[in-house]
Amino acid sequence: MSHADTIAVRVVAVEQVTPQIKHFKLAAVDGSRLPAFSGGSHIIVVMRDVDRVHRNPYSLLGIPGELETYEIAVRRMEQSRGGSQFMHDTVQVGSTLEIAHPVNLFGLSKIGRKHILIAGGVGITPILAQMEDLHQDSVPYEIHYSVRSPEHAAFLARLGNRAAERLNVYYDSSGDAIDFDGLLSTQPLGTHFYVCGPAGMIQLVLAKAREWGWPESHIHWEQFSAPPAGEAFDVHLAKASLDVHVVPDQSLLECIEAAGVEVPYLCRGGVCGFCRTDVLELDGELIHNDHYLSDEEKASGRVIMPCVSRARCRKLVLDL
Amino acid sequence: MSVAFKPDETFRDDFTFRNSPHAIRRFPLPFPEDKYMYSVNIEAHRPGPVGSVIEFAIDVDEHYVAECRERALVLQEDPLRFQAMPHMMSAQWDCLELIMESLSRDYPQHFTLERQGNRWVWTNRPLGIHQAFTFGDPATLPQQPLDYITRQVQGDWVVMDQREGDLWAEAGMVTTQADWSLNFDIGMSFKEWHGPVPLAHEMGVFDRALKYLLGLRLNEPVRRLNWTMTVNPRLDTSPETYHRWGTDRGSVTPQNVGDKVHLRVELQGLWRLPRSNGIVFSVRGYLISMRELATIPKWAKRVHRVLRDLHPALMDYKGLTRYRDTVVGYLAPFDDGAPTTPGTAPE
Repeated sequence: MSHADTIAVRVVAVEQVTPQIKHFKLAAVDGSRLPAFSGGSHIIVVMRDVDRVHRNPYSLLGIPGELETYEIAVRRMEQSRGGSQFMHDTVQVGSTLEIAHPVNLFGLSKIGRKHILIAGGVGITPILAQMEDLHQDSVPYEIHYSVRSPEHAAFLARLGNRAAERLNVYYDSSGDAIDFDGLLSTQPLGTHFYVCGPAGMIQLVLAKAREWGWPESHIHWEQFSAPPAGEAFDVHLAKASLDVHVVPDQSLLECIEAAGVEVPYLCRGGVCGFCRTDVLELDGELIHNDHYLSDEEKASGRVIMPCVSRARCRKLVLDL
Repeated sequence: MSVAFKPDETFRDDFTFRNSPHAIRRFPLPFPEDKYMYSVNIEAHRPGPVGSVIEFAIDVDEHYVAECRERALVLQEDPLRFQAMPHMMSAQWDCLELIMESLSRDYPQHFTLERQGNRWVWTNRPLGIHQAFTFGDPATLPQQPLDYITRQVQGDWVVMDQREGDLWAEAGMVTTQADWSLNFDIGMSFKEWHGPVPLAHEMGVFDRALKYLLGLRLNEPVRRLNWTMTVNPRLDTSPETYHRWGTDRGSVTPQNVGDKVHLRVELQGLWRLPRSNGIVFSVRGYLISMRELATIPKWAKRVHRVLRDLHPALMDYKGLTRYRDTVVGYLAPFDDGAPTTPGTAPE
């Protein structure tokens, strides 16, 4: 799960689609077809910056059956540690990047009878590909897309062309808001809900779905956290017998990798659970930023997700 | 490399199945040491040594034509050996693509796949098949895609849907199984269909295996070996036909054990499927008689020790109870008690 076999890709198109979002098309450098994927999948894009390597997850938003290019959209993160800035400022048509094979942590339920797709802002990206899969399979669906204002509404034409009357757009600037209570209270049995957007939106939907008695298995969500910056700290890797210094603007996982130690991962965004690492000693506190560990596990101080979480400590020893 | 097929072998009635010396030497012995217990023995399914059963993603060997005919006979009698739930259609096409791509890439003298967009032409020379079809349109094939392609490849194939943090066996072609039934297991979750396996649940094997498989990546297939024993070289030891083969277990004598009792090794492969996000699980069975096995001195010693010291619960689960002692008695003269070298190579 560290990926020796990445695919070399070339950027073949770049378009600024909103003031904050750029849309990239990537084609295999060797001209071959890219691997097939399912709606909801993401790829890890490996960006070789001047002094470091960024590895960021981006959802594939193109049509899953069309494999000449992959399409991703990148929102410029104001607090970025560099990945999204690199994509916005440095990457242009002709640039080469590496990508890992697609992974789907936000898959459509194939036994679902109806699908309600909820997007906030750039969270529309996996939903674009899911829309294509649902269209292909002729399964009933609705899209509810919430954005700040018309100029921030990426991919509206594409959504409208495919989804037509199934698309509902809500502009904060006009005071529109998705009526989650209305949506959650009126669906037929066998309906699945999918949410991709800001943390507040996901929390709201999860809370309301529980209130309305929805089974957890019918509520799907995805939110990749960008690893937040923080104070520097030092880590000892017990099995490798290595000391690693974690600088403010790199993640714990990135610093461990830079020291030559491989940690398994799928998403690098605090979702999949694969980089879960046992804490052997801690003098200080862990700063958990993931969506995977339970509250009890976070409070225990015995386990950490190094892709997004950090520590404020005098001493931290990991079982690596 | 070109495979010399033995098209007239049988796996029923007169049981004319035999391994050539080449097939014996490439047999995938599952015992790297002189004892056996479960482990999560999963490794990357990368190409192995030239000529070995893991040289390619999907192995085609001298028994290919005969095994495909045996599968057709089983299906003729019992069409429920192939089943697919309606939501598994994209996974069926994924499997068809995986098998056609692998066979045509690795055995170009036997198989050819021509693709122009969704217009595909498939040629299978050993079975004399030439088929033009539209990828994604089931109406252009004589059977459903998984049914169609697994009639042309050895081993059983089970396709799992991934949802709710679990894997559900919801399509498959199963005609060469070691006493389990697709018709019984279809629709079950990962732990449900492994329910009958003794000891492993308590050992946490399935918790770890499931977590591992849920994260299985595209382009990074994995494999493991499993084993049991079978009386006569019978591929179809299914619950549905138990009345035909169950009594075979009582037919083993010191006189016939060398030819009658076979070690049955399953090379199990697992691939993430791209369009469906499902997983396909292939179970490819290899049979070797005790007489054939004993032509490799190290293997005779190794298997003698493994069977002699096998945990009683495993002996029972694998159905060996009635004839284990006879097999151990047959192999004992080949075991001088000297240490064996590590690993499974014949030496």
